[in-house]
Amino acid sequence: MPAVATQGLEHQAERAKSRQGFLLGLPAIVYLLVFFVIPLGIVIAYSFATRTRSGRTELNDWNVEAYRRLGEDVVRAVAFRSLWIAVLTTVVCLVLAYPLAYFISTRSPAVRNMMLVGVMIPFWSNFLIRTYAWRVLLDSDGLFTQMVSAVGLGDGRILFTSNAVILGLVYGYLPFMVLPLYASIERIDWSLVEGARDLYASGWMAFRRVVWPLSRPGVIAGSILVFVPSFGAFVTPAILGGNKKGLMGSYIVDQFLDARNGPLGASLSVVVLGVMLVGTLIYFRQGGRTL
Amino acid sequence: MGKGVARSTAEPMGYSRWLLRAHSLLVFVFFYAPIVVLVVYSFNKSAVVGKWTGFSLSWYGDFLANDNIQRSIWISVKVCVASTVISVVLGTLAALSIERFRWWGQKAFDAVLYLPIIIPDVTMAVMMLVFFGETAELFNVIPGVDLTDGLEKLVLSHVAFNISFVSVVVRARLAGLDASMEEAAADLYASRWQVFRRVTLPQIMPGVLGGALLAVTLSLDDVVVSSFVSGVGATPVSVYVFGMLRKGVSPLINAVSVVILVASMALVVASLVLERATSSQKGK
Repeated sequence: MPAVATQGLEHQAERAKSRQGFLLGLPAIVYLLVFFVIPLGIVIAYSFATRTRSGRTELNDWNVEAYRRLGEDVVRAVAFRSLWIAVLTTVVCLVLAYPLAYFISTRSPAVRNMMLVGVMIPFWSNFLIRTYAWRVLLDSDGLFTQMVSAVGLGDGRILFTSNAVILGLVYGYLPFMVLPLYASIERIDWSLVEGARDLYASGWMAFRRVVWPLSRPGVIAGSILVFVPSFGAFVTPAILGGNKKGLMGSYIVDQFLDARNGPLGASLSVVVLGVMLVGTLIYFRQGGRTL
Repeated sequence: MGKGVARSTAEPMGYSRWLLRAHSLLVFVFFYAPIVVLVVYSFNKSAVVGKWTGFSLSWYGDFLANDNIQRSIWISVKVCVASTVISVVLGTLAALSIERFRWWGQKAFDAVLYLPIIIPDVTMAVMMLVFFGETAELFNVIPGVDLTDGLEKLVLSHVAFNISFVSVVVRARLAGLDASMEEAAADLYASRWQVFRRVTLPQIMPGVLGGALLAVTLSLDDVVVSSFVSGVGATPVSVYVFGMLRKGVSPLINAVSVVILVASMALVVASLVLERATSSQKGK
Protein backbone atom coordinates (compact mmCIF):
# COMPACT_ATOMS: atom_id res chain seq x y z
CA MET A 1 0.00 0.00 0.00
CA PRO A 2 2.59 2.65 0.94
CA ALA A 3 4.57 1.75 -2.20
CA VAL A 4 1.53 2.62 -4.30
CA ALA A 5 1.13 5.89 -2.46
CA THR A 6 4.71 7.02 -3.13
CA GLN A 7 4.35 5.99 -6.73
CA GLY A 8 1.28 8.21 -6.95
CA LEU A 9 3.16 11.07 -5.36
CA GLU A 10 6.09 10.64 -7.70
CA HIS A 11 3.73 10.62 -10.62
CA GLN A 12 2.14 13.81 -9.35
CA ALA A 13 5.49 15.52 -8.89
CA GLU A 14 6.51 14.50 -12.38
CA ARG A 15 3.31 15.93 -13.81
CA ALA A 16 3.81 19.17 -11.89
CA LYS A 17 7.32 19.43 -13.28
CA SER A 18 6.22 18.77 -16.82
CA ARG A 19 3.48 21.42 -16.46
CA GLN A 20 6.12 23.88 -15.26
CA GLY A 21 8.24 23.15 -18.32
CA PHE A 22 5.28 23.74 -20.58
CA LEU A 23 4.46 27.04 -18.85
CA LEU A 24 8.06 28.25 -19.31
CA GLY A 25 7.82 27.59 -23.01
CA LEU A 26 4.29 28.97 -23.31
CA PRO A 27 5.14 32.61 -24.18
CA ALA A 28 7.35 31.49 -27.07
CA ILE A 29 4.78 28.88 -28.15
CA VAL A 30 1.99 31.45 -28.29
CA TYR A 31 4.22 33.98 -30.05
CA LEU A 32 5.37 31.57 -32.73
CA LEU A 33 1.83 30.27 -33.18
CA VAL A 34 0.47 33.77 -33.87
CA PHE A 35 3.41 35.31 -35.73
CA PHE A 36 4.87 32.30 -37.51
CA VAL A 37 2.55 29.29 -37.81
CA ILE A 38 -0.55 31.30 -38.72
CA PRO A 39 1.33 33.41 -41.31
CA LEU A 40 2.73 30.20 -42.81
CA GLY A 41 -0.80 28.79 -42.89
CA ILE A 42 -2.07 31.89 -44.66
CA VAL A 43 0.68 31.64 -47.31
CA ILE A 44 -0.21 27.99 -47.92
CA ALA A 45 -3.89 28.99 -48.13
CA TYR A 46 -2.96 31.74 -50.62
CA SER A 47 -1.25 29.21 -52.86
CA PHE A 48 -4.62 27.48 -53.32
CA ALA A 49 -6.64 30.71 -53.56
CA THR A 50 -8.00 32.62 -56.54
CA ARG A 51 -6.59 35.75 -58.10
CA THR A 52 -9.23 38.27 -59.17
CA ARG A 53 -8.90 40.37 -62.31
CA SER A 54 -7.81 43.37 -60.27
CA GLY A 55 -4.92 41.39 -58.78
CA ARG A 56 -6.46 40.79 -55.38
CA THR A 57 -6.16 37.37 -53.79
CA GLU A 58 -9.50 35.98 -52.63
CA LEU A 59 -9.61 33.15 -50.17
CA ASN A 60 -12.30 31.11 -51.91
CA ASP A 61 -12.73 28.84 -54.94
CA TRP A 62 -9.80 26.71 -53.83
CA ASN A 63 -7.77 25.38 -56.76
CA VAL A 64 -4.30 24.19 -57.75
CA GLU A 65 -3.97 26.62 -60.65
CA ALA A 66 -0.91 28.30 -59.08
CA TYR A 67 0.87 24.95 -58.79
CA ARG A 68 -0.04 24.08 -62.38
CA ARG A 69 1.64 27.32 -63.47
CA LEU A 70 4.91 26.14 -61.95
CA GLY A 71 5.28 23.94 -65.03
CA GLU A 72 5.25 26.95 -67.36
CA ASP A 73 8.44 27.72 -69.26
CA VAL A 74 8.99 31.13 -67.66
CA VAL A 75 8.73 29.78 -64.14
CA ARG A 76 10.80 26.68 -64.95
CA ALA A 77 13.54 28.85 -66.46
CA VAL A 78 13.69 30.97 -63.31
CA ALA A 79 13.83 27.86 -61.12
CA PHE A 80 16.60 26.23 -63.16
CA ARG A 81 18.65 29.42 -63.32
CA SER A 82 18.44 29.74 -59.52
CA LEU A 83 19.33 26.09 -59.11
CA TRP A 84 22.33 26.41 -61.43
CA ILE A 85 23.63 29.52 -59.71
CA ALA A 86 23.19 27.94 -56.27
CA VAL A 87 25.04 24.77 -57.38
CA LEU A 88 27.93 26.74 -58.89
CA THR A 89 28.16 28.93 -55.78
CA THR A 90 28.31 25.83 -53.58
CA VAL A 91 31.03 24.18 -55.69
CA VAL A 92 33.19 27.32 -55.81
CA CYS A 93 32.80 27.77 -52.05
CA LEU A 94 33.82 24.16 -51.43
CA VAL A 95 36.91 24.46 -53.63
CA LEU A 96 37.97 27.70 -51.92
CA ALA A 97 37.08 26.67 -48.37
CA TYR A 98 38.41 23.13 -48.14
CA PRO A 99 42.14 23.92 -48.42
CA LEU A 100 41.71 26.87 -46.08
CA ALA A 101 39.84 24.80 -43.48
CA TYR A 102 42.52 22.11 -43.81
CA PHE A 103 45.30 24.66 -43.40
CA ILE A 104 43.66 26.19 -40.30
CA SER A 105 43.28 22.71 -38.74
CA THR A 106 47.00 22.03 -39.06
CA ARG A 107 48.06 25.23 -37.23
CA SER A 108 48.93 25.57 -33.55
CA PRO A 109 45.94 26.40 -31.28
CA ALA A 110 46.86 30.08 -30.96
CA VAL A 111 47.22 30.62 -34.72
CA ARG A 112 44.08 28.54 -35.30
CA ASN A 113 42.00 30.79 -33.05
CA MET A 114 43.31 33.92 -34.72
CA MET A 115 42.52 32.60 -38.18
CA LEU A 116 39.04 31.53 -37.09
CA VAL A 117 38.38 35.03 -35.77
CA GLY A 118 39.56 36.24 -39.19
CA VAL A 119 36.88 34.10 -40.82
CA MET A 120 34.21 35.05 -38.27
CA ILE A 121 34.52 38.82 -38.58
CA PRO A 122 33.26 39.03 -42.17
CA PHE A 123 30.69 36.36 -41.30
CA TRP A 124 29.19 38.62 -38.63
CA SER A 125 29.55 41.90 -40.50
CA ASN A 126 26.67 43.45 -42.36
CA PHE A 127 25.81 41.30 -45.39
CA LEU A 128 24.27 44.10 -47.43
CA ILE A 129 27.34 46.28 -47.07
CA ARG A 130 29.71 43.44 -47.92
CA THR A 131 27.75 42.84 -51.12
CA TYR A 132 27.81 46.53 -51.90
CA ALA A 133 31.62 46.49 -51.58
CA TRP A 134 31.68 44.27 -54.68
CA ARG A 135 29.36 46.69 -56.47
CA VAL A 136 32.09 49.30 -55.98
CA LEU A 137 34.87 46.96 -57.15
CA LEU A 138 32.96 45.76 -60.22
CA ASP A 139 31.83 49.18 -61.37
CA SER A 140 32.98 50.10 -64.89
CA ASP A 141 35.84 52.14 -63.43
CA GLY A 142 36.12 50.00 -60.31
CA LEU A 143 39.37 48.47 -59.10
CA PHE A 144 38.51 44.88 -60.07
CA THR A 145 37.50 45.84 -63.60
CA GLN A 146 40.64 47.93 -64.09
CA MET A 147 42.90 45.19 -62.74
CA VAL A 148 41.38 42.48 -64.92
CA SER A 149 41.67 44.55 -68.07
CA ALA A 150 45.21 45.61 -67.15
CA VAL A 151 46.27 41.98 -66.83
CA GLY A 152 44.64 41.34 -70.18
CA LEU A 153 41.89 38.92 -69.16
CA GLY A 154 39.11 40.52 -71.21
CA ASP A 155 37.52 43.83 -70.31
CA GLY A 156 36.56 42.61 -66.83
CA ARG A 157 33.03 43.93 -67.06
CA ILE A 158 31.03 41.33 -65.22
CA LEU A 159 28.66 43.58 -63.26
CA PHE A 160 24.98 42.70 -63.82
CA THR A 161 25.82 39.20 -65.08
CA SER A 162 25.32 35.79 -63.46
CA ASN A 163 29.07 35.68 -62.79
CA ALA A 164 28.82 38.79 -60.66
CA VAL A 165 25.92 37.21 -58.74
CA ILE A 166 27.93 34.03 -58.15
CA LEU A 167 30.95 36.07 -57.05
CA GLY A 168 28.78 38.00 -54.60
CA LEU A 169 27.13 34.87 -53.24
CA VAL A 170 30.50 33.12 -52.81
CA TYR A 171 31.81 36.16 -50.98
CA GLY A 172 28.75 36.34 -48.76
CA TYR A 173 28.45 32.66 -47.86
CA LEU A 174 32.06 31.40 -47.87
CA PRO A 175 32.30 31.51 -44.03
CA PHE A 176 29.26 29.18 -43.90
CA MET A 177 31.42 26.64 -45.74
CA VAL A 178 34.71 27.22 -43.89
CA LEU A 179 33.34 26.84 -40.36
CA PRO A 180 31.63 23.40 -40.59
CA LEU A 181 34.53 22.11 -42.72
CA TYR A 182 36.99 23.26 -40.10
CA ALA A 183 34.87 21.70 -37.34
CA SER A 184 34.94 18.29 -39.04
CA ILE A 185 38.57 18.35 -40.19
CA GLU A 186 39.81 19.54 -36.81
CA ARG A 187 38.16 16.54 -35.16
CA ILE A 188 40.07 14.04 -37.33
CA ASP A 189 42.43 11.77 -35.45
CA TRP A 190 45.69 12.55 -37.27
CA SER A 191 47.31 9.34 -36.13
CA LEU A 192 45.13 7.65 -38.77
CA VAL A 193 46.91 9.73 -41.41
CA GLU A 194 50.23 8.86 -39.85
CA GLY A 195 49.26 5.19 -39.97
CA ALA A 196 48.40 5.43 -43.64
CA ARG A 197 51.72 7.13 -44.36
CA ASP A 198 53.57 4.43 -42.41
CA LEU A 199 51.90 1.90 -44.68
CA TYR A 200 53.45 3.68 -47.67
CA ALA A 201 50.36 5.63 -48.76
CA SER A 202 51.36 8.72 -50.70
CA GLY A 203 50.26 12.08 -49.27
CA TRP A 204 47.52 12.29 -51.86
CA MET A 205 46.38 8.73 -51.17
CA ALA A 206 46.22 9.38 -47.42
CA PHE A 207 44.11 12.44 -48.08
CA ARG A 208 41.73 10.69 -50.47
CA ARG A 209 41.26 7.55 -48.38
CA VAL A 210 41.40 8.95 -44.84
CA VAL A 211 40.92 12.70 -44.53
CA TRP A 212 38.30 13.24 -47.23
CA PRO A 213 35.89 10.49 -46.06
CA LEU A 214 36.22 11.62 -42.44
CA SER A 215 35.48 15.22 -43.36
CA ARG A 216 32.38 14.37 -45.38
CA PRO A 217 29.88 15.47 -42.69
CA GLY A 218 31.50 18.92 -42.85
CA VAL A 219 31.35 18.93 -46.65
CA ILE A 220 27.65 18.11 -46.62
CA ALA A 221 26.81 20.52 -43.81
CA GLY A 222 28.73 23.38 -45.44
CA SER A 223 27.25 22.66 -48.87
CA ILE A 224 23.71 22.81 -47.53
CA LEU A 225 24.42 25.96 -45.52
CA VAL A 226 25.65 27.63 -48.73
CA PHE A 227 23.19 26.11 -51.19
CA VAL A 228 20.03 26.89 -49.25
CA PRO A 229 20.41 30.68 -48.90
CA SER A 230 21.91 30.97 -52.41
CA PHE A 231 18.84 29.35 -53.93
CA GLY A 232 16.46 31.86 -52.37
CA ALA A 233 18.84 34.84 -52.52
CA PHE A 234 17.31 38.23 -53.10
CA VAL A 235 19.73 40.93 -51.99
CA THR A 236 22.81 39.79 -53.96
CA PRO A 237 21.06 39.42 -57.36
CA ALA A 238 19.32 42.76 -56.79
CA ILE A 239 22.63 44.58 -56.23
CA LEU A 240 25.05 42.71 -58.49
CA GLY A 241 22.69 41.09 -61.00
CA GLY A 242 20.72 44.22 -61.74
CA ASN A 243 17.62 42.00 -61.53
CA LYS A 244 17.52 41.78 -65.30
CA LYS A 245 17.63 38.03 -65.15
CA GLY A 246 14.98 36.78 -62.78
CA LEU A 247 16.04 34.48 -59.98
CA MET A 248 13.75 32.69 -57.55
CA GLY A 249 13.96 35.26 -54.74
CA SER A 250 13.30 38.31 -56.88
CA TYR A 251 10.67 36.48 -58.93
CA ILE A 252 8.67 35.73 -55.78
CA VAL A 253 8.99 39.32 -54.60
CA ASP A 254 7.80 40.53 -58.01
CA GLN A 255 4.70 38.35 -57.78
CA PHE A 256 3.64 40.17 -54.63
CA LEU A 257 4.76 43.72 -55.33
CA ASP A 258 4.54 44.19 -59.10
CA ALA A 259 2.69 41.39 -60.90
CA ARG A 260 0.18 41.18 -58.05
CA ASN A 261 -0.22 37.44 -58.36
CA GLY A 262 -0.49 36.31 -54.73
CA PRO A 263 -1.31 32.65 -55.42
CA LEU A 264 1.67 32.14 -57.75
CA GLY A 265 4.04 33.91 -55.36
CA ALA A 266 2.68 31.85 -52.48
CA SER A 267 3.03 28.54 -54.33
CA LEU A 268 6.63 29.42 -55.25
CA SER A 269 7.35 30.26 -51.61
CA VAL A 270 5.97 26.88 -50.58
CA VAL A 271 8.24 25.17 -53.14
CA VAL A 272 11.32 27.07 -51.92
CA LEU A 273 10.41 26.17 -48.35
CA GLY A 274 10.15 22.51 -49.42
CA VAL A 275 13.66 22.64 -50.88
CA MET A 276 14.96 24.08 -47.60
CA LEU A 277 13.19 21.41 -45.54
CA VAL A 278 14.69 18.59 -47.58
CA GLY A 279 18.13 20.19 -47.31
CA THR A 280 17.80 20.59 -43.56
CA LEU A 281 16.66 17.01 -43.07
CA ILE A 282 19.78 15.78 -44.90
CA TYR A 283 21.86 18.15 -42.76
CA PHE A 284 20.52 16.68 -39.51
CA ARG A 285 20.77 13.13 -40.83
CA GLN A 286 24.49 13.77 -41.22
CA GLY A 287 24.56 14.70 -37.55
CA GLY A 288 25.36 18.28 -38.44
CA ARG A 289 24.94 20.72 -35.59
CA THR A 290 28.19 22.45 -36.18
CA LEU A 291 26.77 25.97 -36.42
CA MET B 1 51.91 15.74 -27.34
CA GLY B 2 51.34 12.79 -29.63
CA LYS B 3 48.56 14.69 -31.29
CA GLY B 4 50.92 17.57 -32.04
CA VAL B 5 53.41 15.24 -33.70
CA ALA B 6 50.69 13.63 -35.81
CA ARG B 7 49.34 17.05 -36.74
CA SER B 8 52.62 18.01 -38.35
CA THR B 9 52.48 14.90 -40.53
CA ALA B 10 49.07 16.09 -41.73
CA GLU B 11 50.65 19.11 -43.36
CA PRO B 12 51.61 18.29 -46.93
CA MET B 13 55.26 18.53 -47.95
CA GLY B 14 57.13 20.12 -50.81
CA TYR B 15 55.31 22.28 -53.32
CA SER B 16 51.81 21.50 -52.05
CA ARG B 17 52.71 22.89 -48.65
CA TRP B 18 53.44 26.27 -50.21
CA LEU B 19 50.43 26.04 -52.49
CA LEU B 20 48.23 25.50 -49.44
CA ARG B 21 49.77 28.49 -47.68
CA ALA B 22 49.42 30.73 -50.72
CA HIS B 23 45.82 29.63 -51.22
CA SER B 24 44.90 30.37 -47.60
CA LEU B 25 46.53 33.78 -47.82
CA LEU B 26 44.62 34.56 -51.02
CA VAL B 27 41.29 33.56 -49.46
CA PHE B 28 41.96 35.98 -46.60
CA VAL B 29 42.81 38.68 -49.14
CA PHE B 30 39.51 37.85 -50.85
CA PHE B 31 37.71 38.25 -47.49
CA TYR B 32 39.20 41.60 -46.59
CA ALA B 33 40.25 43.41 -49.79
CA PRO B 34 36.72 44.50 -50.77
CA ILE B 35 36.15 45.88 -47.29
CA VAL B 36 39.46 47.79 -47.35
CA VAL B 37 38.70 49.24 -50.78
CA LEU B 38 35.26 50.36 -49.60
CA VAL B 39 36.76 52.09 -46.57
CA VAL B 40 39.51 53.77 -48.61
CA TYR B 41 37.11 55.08 -51.26
CA SER B 42 34.80 56.54 -48.62
CA PHE B 43 37.59 59.11 -48.00
CA ASN B 44 37.84 59.96 -51.70
CA LYS B 45 37.33 63.60 -52.65
CA SER B 46 35.97 62.77 -56.10
CA ALA B 47 32.26 62.25 -56.70
CA VAL B 48 33.19 59.45 -59.12
CA VAL B 49 33.79 56.38 -57.04
CA GLY B 50 36.56 54.78 -59.09
CA LYS B 51 38.83 57.83 -59.46
CA TRP B 52 41.04 58.82 -56.54
CA THR B 53 41.49 62.58 -56.44
CA GLY B 54 42.52 63.16 -52.85
CA PHE B 55 41.60 62.69 -49.21
CA SER B 56 38.39 64.19 -47.94
CA LEU B 57 35.93 63.78 -45.08
CA SER B 58 33.16 65.56 -46.95
CA TRP B 59 31.09 62.41 -47.55
CA TYR B 60 30.96 61.81 -43.81
CA GLY B 61 29.83 65.42 -43.46
CA ASP B 62 27.05 64.72 -45.97
CA PHE B 63 26.14 61.64 -43.98
CA LEU B 64 25.83 63.64 -40.77
CA ALA B 65 23.77 66.30 -42.54
CA ASN B 66 21.34 63.82 -44.06
CA ASP B 67 18.21 63.81 -41.86
CA ASN B 68 16.61 60.83 -43.61
CA ILE B 69 19.56 58.58 -42.86
CA GLN B 70 19.73 59.78 -39.25
CA ARG B 71 16.02 59.07 -38.82
CA SER B 72 16.33 55.60 -40.34
CA ILE B 73 19.26 54.78 -38.06
CA TRP B 74 17.14 55.67 -35.04
CA ILE B 75 14.33 53.46 -36.29
CA SER B 76 16.79 50.58 -36.73
CA VAL B 77 18.18 51.08 -33.23
CA LYS B 78 14.69 51.16 -31.68
CA VAL B 79 13.55 48.06 -33.57
CA CYS B 80 16.81 46.27 -32.81
CA VAL B 81 16.72 46.96 -29.05
CA ALA B 82 13.02 46.12 -28.65
CA SER B 83 13.15 42.94 -30.74
CA THR B 84 16.38 41.76 -29.09
CA VAL B 85 15.03 42.20 -25.55
CA ILE B 86 11.78 40.38 -26.33
CA SER B 87 13.42 37.55 -28.25
CA VAL B 88 16.16 37.04 -25.62
CA VAL B 89 13.52 36.63 -22.87
CA LEU B 90 11.21 34.38 -24.91
CA GLY B 91 14.08 32.43 -26.50
CA THR B 92 15.84 31.75 -23.17
CA LEU B 93 12.58 30.55 -21.58
CA ALA B 94 11.96 28.29 -24.58
CA ALA B 95 15.49 26.89 -24.32
CA LEU B 96 15.04 26.12 -20.60
CA SER B 97 11.67 24.56 -21.25
CA ILE B 98 13.05 22.20 -23.88
CA GLU B 99 16.42 21.33 -22.33
CA ARG B 100 15.40 20.99 -18.68
CA PHE B 101 11.88 19.56 -18.84
CA ARG B 102 9.87 16.86 -20.58
CA TRP B 103 6.30 17.61 -21.56
CA TRP B 104 3.65 16.53 -24.01
CA GLY B 105 3.98 18.19 -27.41
CA GLN B 106 7.58 19.19 -26.81
CA LYS B 107 8.84 17.50 -29.97
CA ALA B 108 6.39 19.45 -32.12
CA PHE B 109 7.45 22.73 -30.48
CA ASP B 110 11.10 21.83 -31.02
CA ALA B 111 10.45 21.28 -34.74
CA VAL B 112 8.52 24.54 -35.16
CA LEU B 113 11.30 26.36 -33.31
CA TYR B 114 13.78 25.31 -36.01
CA LEU B 115 11.64 26.53 -38.92
CA PRO B 116 12.37 30.28 -38.65
CA ILE B 117 16.10 29.47 -38.88
CA ILE B 118 15.96 27.49 -42.07
CA ILE B 119 13.19 29.43 -43.80
CA PRO B 120 14.50 31.67 -46.60
CA ASP B 121 14.24 35.44 -46.08
CA VAL B 122 11.93 35.78 -49.02
CA THR B 123 9.41 33.24 -47.71
CA MET B 124 9.48 34.84 -44.27
CA ALA B 125 8.93 38.25 -45.87
CA VAL B 126 5.99 36.98 -47.90
CA MET B 127 4.50 35.39 -44.78
CA MET B 128 4.71 38.63 -42.83
CA LEU B 129 3.33 40.74 -45.70
CA VAL B 130 0.35 38.46 -46.21
CA PHE B 131 -0.24 38.01 -42.48
CA PHE B 132 -0.30 41.71 -41.65
CA GLY B 133 -2.32 42.37 -44.78
CA GLU B 134 -5.02 39.96 -43.62
CA THR B 135 -4.97 40.69 -39.90
CA ALA B 136 -3.85 44.32 -39.37
CA GLU B 137 -7.48 45.38 -38.92
CA LEU B 138 -8.01 42.70 -36.29
CA PHE B 139 -4.96 43.91 -34.35
CA ASN B 140 -5.98 47.54 -34.59
CA VAL B 141 -9.25 46.71 -32.81
CA ILE B 142 -7.21 45.99 -29.66
CA PRO B 143 -7.04 49.24 -27.70
CA GLY B 144 -3.63 50.89 -27.73
CA VAL B 145 -2.40 48.90 -30.73
CA ASP B 146 -1.81 50.59 -34.04
CA LEU B 147 0.07 48.66 -36.70
CA THR B 148 -0.36 51.24 -39.46
CA ASP B 149 2.84 53.00 -38.42
CA GLY B 150 5.08 50.04 -39.29
CA LEU B 151 7.44 50.25 -36.32
CA GLU B 152 5.46 47.65 -34.37
CA LYS B 153 5.27 45.38 -37.41
CA LEU B 154 9.06 45.55 -37.74
CA VAL B 155 9.55 44.59 -34.09
CA LEU B 156 6.96 41.80 -34.26
CA SER B 157 8.46 40.22 -37.37
CA HIS B 158 12.07 40.50 -36.15
CA VAL B 159 11.09 38.76 -32.90
CA ALA B 160 9.40 36.04 -34.97
CA PHE B 161 12.72 34.97 -36.51
CA ASN B 162 15.00 35.88 -33.58
CA ILE B 163 13.37 33.76 -30.84
CA SER B 164 14.63 30.63 -32.59
CA PHE B 165 18.20 31.86 -33.03
CA VAL B 166 18.43 32.89 -29.37
CA SER B 167 17.01 29.59 -28.16
CA VAL B 168 19.43 27.55 -30.29
CA VAL B 169 22.44 29.38 -28.85
CA VAL B 170 21.16 29.16 -25.25
CA ARG B 171 20.30 25.48 -25.69
CA ALA B 172 23.81 24.71 -26.90
CA ARG B 173 25.08 26.25 -23.66
CA LEU B 174 22.52 24.47 -21.48
CA ALA B 175 23.24 21.09 -23.05
CA GLY B 176 26.89 21.36 -21.99
CA LEU B 177 25.98 22.11 -18.36
CA ASP B 178 25.43 19.64 -15.57
CA ALA B 179 21.95 19.91 -14.07
CA SER B 180 23.26 18.59 -10.73
CA MET B 181 24.24 22.10 -9.57
CA GLU B 182 20.62 23.18 -9.91
CA GLU B 183 19.42 20.05 -8.14
CA ALA B 184 21.89 20.64 -5.30
CA ALA B 185 20.63 24.21 -4.88
CA ALA B 186 17.05 22.96 -4.81
CA ASP B 187 17.99 20.34 -2.20
CA LEU B 188 19.38 23.16 -0.06
CA TYR B 189 15.93 24.79 -0.04
CA ALA B 190 16.57 27.42 -2.65
CA SER B 191 13.30 28.57 -4.22
CA ARG B 192 12.79 28.05 -7.96
CA TRP B 193 13.49 31.71 -8.60
CA GLN B 194 16.65 31.61 -6.46
CA VAL B 195 17.90 28.55 -8.34
CA PHE B 196 17.36 30.31 -11.64
CA ARG B 197 18.78 33.66 -10.52
CA ARG B 198 21.82 32.32 -8.60
CA VAL B 199 22.72 29.08 -10.36
CA THR B 200 21.21 28.68 -13.82
CA LEU B 201 21.39 32.24 -15.13
CA PRO B 202 25.07 32.89 -14.30
CA GLN B 203 26.00 29.62 -15.96
CA ILE B 204 24.05 30.23 -19.17
CA MET B 205 24.97 33.94 -19.36
CA PRO B 206 27.55 33.48 -22.15
CA GLY B 207 24.87 31.71 -24.18
CA VAL B 208 22.31 34.42 -23.48
CA LEU B 209 24.80 37.15 -24.50
CA GLY B 210 25.77 35.18 -27.61
CA GLY B 211 22.10 34.83 -28.51
CA ALA B 212 21.56 38.55 -27.94
CA LEU B 213 24.49 39.40 -30.22
CA LEU B 214 23.06 37.15 -32.91
CA ALA B 215 19.64 38.79 -32.53
CA VAL B 216 21.16 42.28 -32.77
CA THR B 217 23.14 41.32 -35.88
CA LEU B 218 20.21 39.67 -37.62
CA SER B 219 17.89 42.55 -36.82
CA LEU B 220 20.33 45.13 -38.22
CA ASP B 221 21.21 42.91 -41.21
CA ASP B 222 17.69 42.17 -42.28
CA VAL B 223 16.65 43.78 -45.55
CA VAL B 224 14.07 41.53 -47.14
CA VAL B 225 11.59 41.02 -44.29
CA SER B 226 11.93 44.66 -43.21
CA SER B 227 11.31 46.06 -46.67
CA PHE B 228 8.10 44.02 -46.88
CA VAL B 229 6.64 45.16 -43.55
CA SER B 230 8.03 48.68 -43.03
CA GLY B 231 5.61 51.51 -43.69
CA VAL B 232 6.36 54.92 -45.18
CA GLY B 233 7.03 56.41 -41.76
CA ALA B 234 9.32 53.68 -40.48
CA THR B 235 12.17 52.79 -42.83
CA PRO B 236 15.07 51.08 -41.07
CA VAL B 237 18.57 51.97 -42.24
CA SER B 238 19.17 48.64 -44.01
CA VAL B 239 16.10 49.18 -46.19
CA TYR B 240 17.00 52.83 -46.76
CA VAL B 241 20.55 51.96 -47.85
CA PHE B 242 19.28 49.11 -50.00
CA GLY B 243 16.99 51.53 -51.80
CA MET B 244 19.89 53.97 -52.30
CA LEU B 245 22.34 51.45 -53.64
CA ARG B 246 19.92 49.87 -56.06
CA LYS B 247 20.12 53.19 -57.85
CA GLY B 248 23.90 52.96 -58.19
CA VAL B 249 27.22 53.71 -56.57
CA SER B 250 27.98 56.94 -54.77
CA PRO B 251 30.63 58.06 -52.28
CA LEU B 252 27.86 58.99 -49.84
CA ILE B 253 26.72 55.34 -49.73
CA ASN B 254 30.36 54.35 -49.19
CA ALA B 255 30.52 56.58 -46.13
CA VAL B 256 27.20 55.26 -44.76
CA SER B 257 28.38 51.71 -45.44
CA VAL B 258 31.64 52.23 -43.59
CA VAL B 259 29.76 53.57 -40.56
CA ILE B 260 27.45 50.52 -40.54
CA LEU B 261 30.36 48.15 -41.15
CA VAL B 262 32.48 49.61 -38.37
CA ALA B 263 29.52 49.46 -35.99
CA SER B 264 28.82 45.80 -36.79
CA MET B 265 32.50 44.83 -36.59
CA ALA B 266 32.91 46.66 -33.28
CA LEU B 267 30.01 44.63 -31.95
CA VAL B 268 31.67 41.34 -32.93
CA VAL B 269 35.08 42.28 -31.60
CA ALA B 270 33.53 43.49 -28.33
CA SER B 271 31.68 40.20 -27.92
CA LEU B 272 34.81 38.17 -28.66
CA VAL B 273 36.76 40.15 -26.06
CA LEU B 274 33.90 39.72 -23.58
CA GLU B 275 33.77 36.01 -24.25
CA ARG B 276 37.49 35.65 -23.72
CA ALA B 277 37.28 37.62 -20.48
CA THR B 278 34.45 35.48 -19.06
CA SER B 279 36.06 32.19 -20.09
CA SER B 280 39.45 33.13 -18.61
CA GLN B 281 37.66 34.15 -15.40
CA LYS B 282 36.10 30.71 -15.29
CA GLY B 283 39.55 29.21 -15.72
CA LYS B 284 40.66 30.76 -12.44
